[in-house]
Amino acid sequence: MKPDASDPLRPSDHVDGDAGAIAQPRLGFVGWLRWGWRQLTSMRTAIILLLVLAIAAIPGSIFPQRMADPNGVTQWERNNPDLFPILDALDLFDVYLSPWFSAIYLLLFTSLVGCVIPRIKHHVKALRAKPPRTPARLSRLEDHREAVRTIDEADAEAEASRTIDVAHKQLGALGYRVQRYDANGRSGRTYSVSAERGYWRETGNLLFHLALVGVLITVGVGGSFAYTGQRVVVEGQTFVNTLLDYESMNRGRFVSDDALSPYAMTLDSFDVTYQEYGSAASGQAGDFSANVTVRENGETREGSVRVNHPLPIAGDKIYLLGNGYAPTITVRNADGDVVYSNSVPFLPQDNNLTSLGVIKVTDGMPEQLGIAAFFYPTAAKLETGAYASAYGDLAAPLLTLDVYEGDLGIDDGTPRSVYVLDTEELTKLTGRTTDVESIELQPGETADLPGGRGTITFEDESPAAATDYSESVKRFVSLQIHHDESAVWVLVFALLALAGLMLALFVPRRRMWVKAVVAGGEVRLEYAGLARGEDPTLAAAVDDLATGHARLLDAPPSPQPRK
Amino acid sequence: MPDLDSLSILFIWTAIAIYAAAFIAYAFDLARRSEVTSDARLIREKELVGAGAPAVRSDEPPAGAAASEKESKPRYVMARIGTTLTVLAFLFHVGATVLRGIAAERVPWANLYEFAMTGTVLIVLVYLVVITRIDLRYLGTFITGLVIVLMGAAAVSFYVDVVPLMDPLKSVWLVIHVFVASLATAFFALAGALSVLQLMQSRRERRIAEQAEKPGPRFLGTLLGADRLEGTAFRFAIIGFIFWTFTLIAGSIWAQDAWGRYWGFDVKETWTFIVWVLYAGYIHARATRGWRGNPSAWLSIVGFSAVIFNFTIVNVFFKGLHAYSGLS
Ligand code: HEM
Repeated sequence: MKPDASDPLRPSDHVDGDAGAIAQPRLGFVGWLRWGWRQLTSMRTAIILLLVLAIAAIPGSIFPQRMADPNGVTQWERNNPDLFPILDALDLFDVYLSPWFSAIYLLLFTSLVGCVIPRIKHHVKALRAKPPRTPARLSRLEDHREAVRTIDEADAEAEASRTIDVAHKQLGALGYRVQRYDANGRSGRTYSVSAERGYWRETGNLLFHLALVGVLITVGVGGSFAYTGQRVVVEGQTFVNTLLDYESMNRGRFVSDDALSPYAMTLDSFDVTYQEYGSAASGQAGDFSANVTVRENGETREGSVRVNHPLPIAGDKIYLLGNGYAPTITVRNADGDVVYSNSVPFLPQDNNLTSLGVIKVTDGMPEQLGIAAFFYPTAAKLETGAYASAYGDLAAPLLTLDVYEGDLGIDDGTPRSVYVLDTEELTKLTGRTTDVESIELQPGETADLPGGRGTITFEDESPAAATDYSESVKRFVSLQIHHDESAVWVLVFALLALAGLMLALFVPRRRMWVKAVVAGGEVRLEYAGLARGEDPTLAAAVDDLATGHARLLDAPPSPQPRK
Repeated sequence: MPDLDSLSILFIWTAIAIYAAAFIAYAFDLARRSEVTSDARLIREKELVGAGAPAVRSDEPPAGAAASEKESKPRYVMARIGTTLTVLAFLFHVGATVLRGIAAERVPWANLYEFAMTGTVLIVLVYLVVITRIDLRYLGTFITGLVIVLMGAAAVSFYVDVVPLMDPLKSVWLVIHVFVASLATAFFALAGALSVLQLMQSRRERRIAEQAEKPGPRFLGTLLGADRLEGTAFRFAIIGFIFWTFTLIAGSIWAQDAWGRYWGFDVKETWTFIVWVLYAGYIHARATRGWRGNPSAWLSIVGFSAVIFNFTIVNVFFKGLHAYSGLS
């Protein structure tokens, strides 16, 4: 059946669309533009762009991406030094930010907007349009029922009209938009009501597509106002939310320097539990909880940062990204003066928290000292003589240190990571390749630095009454501080899209007609339904209409109290 | 206390064995259906002759299934046996899953092995519920076959001992997100199977129209016409699509809590997105002139292949944050 005014507008290559509209371009610039626009906003283009988008997303799952896994990219480069520059030039390590990926989704959304706007205009009109005239021959429709009513009274015409009044009310009550159409036909007067329902289907469809645009825009705009920073905090330390106190910070284009809200957060303690030694997941750590005290606007409160449970502070959210040990180390020079004292975060290297740390003593020594250290929370000696950690908790903590001497290269202002010791320019004083053994310390122990340079102490942080090592070493957490007000809007649009989708896919759009004619002293009734789009329940709906109508007609005109 | 997990494994293998029997019964059913088709045709021809009508050899009309079914009411005994066996296997399957959950003291879908177990339970559940309303027993071989392969692979190569959850998995979203994803998969599976049949049916219909000697597998004669198969496939696909959309949203909410960002194109996120976009393409194709019919059926099949790829290859071989397979 040809679409009419109350039908939703569809691109011309839609199965319900008006194929005649695919005209050849008229010559001339405007004609070509119009033709091009129609191509872009056709269903075919939408399908192709969707498929291309799906394919274009694949490489990003094969190659490591800078935004998700920067270390993986470095690794890949190291493994494939020849191929890397070529693939990098093709943006295969930044797929989702690449011009070609952006081009695809921008075209898709242009197509979407171009397709949806005329449909909105049309739908607004259709919402006010009357249901279409009753077709002359309902029996040609697939879902069609007939019924005959014999009448006692003389005025068959009045009765026929009444049946349609009843149907009118019935359909109205079912949520149909109804319109009465009576006409004088060749075989006498016909009474009919035309009804249409399911406008929500198109409304839902438009809502869905618009909400997708909403998602895209909020994601894009939101990023410009968002910031994410990282910070490592050792037990007992305080973090202050200022730009200076972050180790690294990514912020959107429109985040100003003073956008951060002032608050301070102290890490009081860090909890973790380990699966017992010998159990199925021996040593697996869990139930992490960073217990903090937050000071904000002169008020103090306690809180905790846990996995899956970020801590909200002043519009920011604090996430727990990682944790490890931060042994406290004190270095004294030959005169016994403290030249270094710090709790140094060590980077975990494996599941049992074998950790690697670097200590840089810059002042107070004849020459600068660099110390590369390994920490084993539960040290176990391997057959080779090397140590490994057998368990993540502090059962038998051990620190091994190799000392280097020379210029640490800090004074010339070159930025250097606190986690890396560049040993090339340094002289090794202990450990392999020297004749002095590596220094080994347990908490509370002190050792001499080689050549009478002084001493180094691994401080025991246990509280006074402690009987074991379990609290002898401080822990650190690495926190992520994230601020993104758009996230909630993204969610709102996503949920709108979901709601629109359900309406668009499950609300049946259909027309119904009931027609009555008088023939031979009888009223002949016809019922018919027509689906507009997928509508598997239409036949049942026509049946229900016919039986419901019969029941209403047989009921007494106004409810009378029964005796 | 008996070792519940061992009992669960025993149940799994019992279920697989019974599913295998159901598969065989369903396969016989498909073979038998061809005979039913020809029987029905013979009966009809006889009736026509008996009624004095000229004995025209009327070939099956495209949607001849419904018609011939009404006339001779074929009783698919093997299909019934297949379904009974499937129900029996399903009970063991549910038992195995529940036991695993009790053994682990949490929902039984926290690693790849458990996810396979629960996911296949849902596939069978959806199938069993649907066949009480629409007769789709001809999908029995496909469903039982798929479940045997997935569960067998899971039991053989994905098995892991019960271990406590990793911190990021301790979340209500594990319950919701993963469960709904499995449900979506179940509907996509039915849609995909119907799309395969649709392609076969439309080939057969074309060959009948061309009056080819051998139009194709004869059991197709007892099924719906390609058009109706397509409509049914579409209905399952859109239910799956809605669940999948929900999965995507729920996953983003969880990612926001667990990783501090709602979307990061992690490998698993990427593939979930790819699947979603493919099905959006399919839904459009179904409404587009020139794409309705076979091309849209291919999209549905590609979509389901991507779902399976996401569930198997991506989980096992791709590295990313969603490292929950529990394999090392
Ligand atoms: C981001 C890109 C798009 C996505 C994800 C998408 C998704 C969908 C989905 C899921 C449906 C089915 C649900 C419903 O009826 O509302 C749909 C329907 C529809 N879409 Fe899109 N769409 C996109 C772009 C477009 C574009 C560019 C056009 C215009 C050419 C378009 C036109 C339509 C039409 C006309 C329907 C109704 C189909 C019917 O009659 O059943 N869509 N779309």
